[in-house]
Amino acid sequence: MTPVVALIFGMLGLGAVLAMIRLALGPSLLDRVVATDTILVIVTAGLAVHAAVNRDPTVVPVLVVVALLVFVGAISVARYVGGMLLRTGADVEELGVSPAAEQVQGHEGTERP
Amino acid sequence: MNDVESLADWIALACLLTGAFLCLTAGVGLLRFPDVLSRMHAGTKPQVMGVLLIMVGGAIRLSGWSATWMLLLVAVFQLITAPVNAHMVSRIAYRRGHVGRDSLFVDELGVAPRGAEVTAGEEGRRGDQPADAPIGDETEPQVDEDDGAGDQAVDEPAREPRG
Repeated sequence: MTPVVALIFGMLGLGAVLAMIRLALGPSLLDRVVATDTILVIVTAGLAVHAAVNRDPTVVPVLVVVALLVFVGAISVARYVGGMLLRTGADVEELGVSPAAEQVQGHEGTERP
Repeated sequence: MNDVESLADWIALACLLTGAFLCLTAGVGLLRFPDVLSRMHAGTKPQVMGVLLIMVGGAIRLSGWSATWMLLLVAVFQLITAPVNAHMVSRIAYRRGHVGRDSLFVDELGVAPRGAEVTAGEEGRRGDQPADAPIGDETEPQVDEDDGAGDQAVDEPAREPRG
């Protein structure tokens, strides 16, 4: 059974590495939020796989904490970015905007308060 | 995994393998997709389906009801929080313009007037408006002042001049 377990952990690790590449590359803050969500979910999955493979229930409460952390982290960063949108209005360049935003003309409002 | 002998262990192993494969697809999709909404589409695959499969696999493998209930708690919590999470992130992504307009078939928010949240921020009013809030200012203070009433009673007079 060891090759199957190695395959499971390999797929989890490769997914986490790819999400970390997106976390490093991500042109905007929201890309990084989505990548962080995915990384934390993969961490949850890895802990659960470890618990299931070794029949070790001691890491199971950690799953609840990490699942809570995913929600609170993403919601707070999303609220923070929305607050920046309200506060500053027009400066989309400071957060790093995706190329898709350059196709949108006049979406963000043009005047700065 | 040193003791796989029964059918239930093989089923658990298949669940774990499928969940891990979903995590891998999430990573690939995050790296290859063009904008925030499609990256969310890829990245939330393991948030619901992968976590559910892995929790089912863990609940089969682990013995004892405390671990099973805690895994069920994690799964239910993911099911509750994933839509809220995706809604907030995608709403902010739409407002900030991280959406490729040429890849959309229908843009229902595109008919709303632009810049409503910017004008509301300049006037220091409500921090989080609906994405299709109008620019027109005459209904907004009325919404803010009706704090004693319920939500339906607050929303109802504000919605009428909107249409």
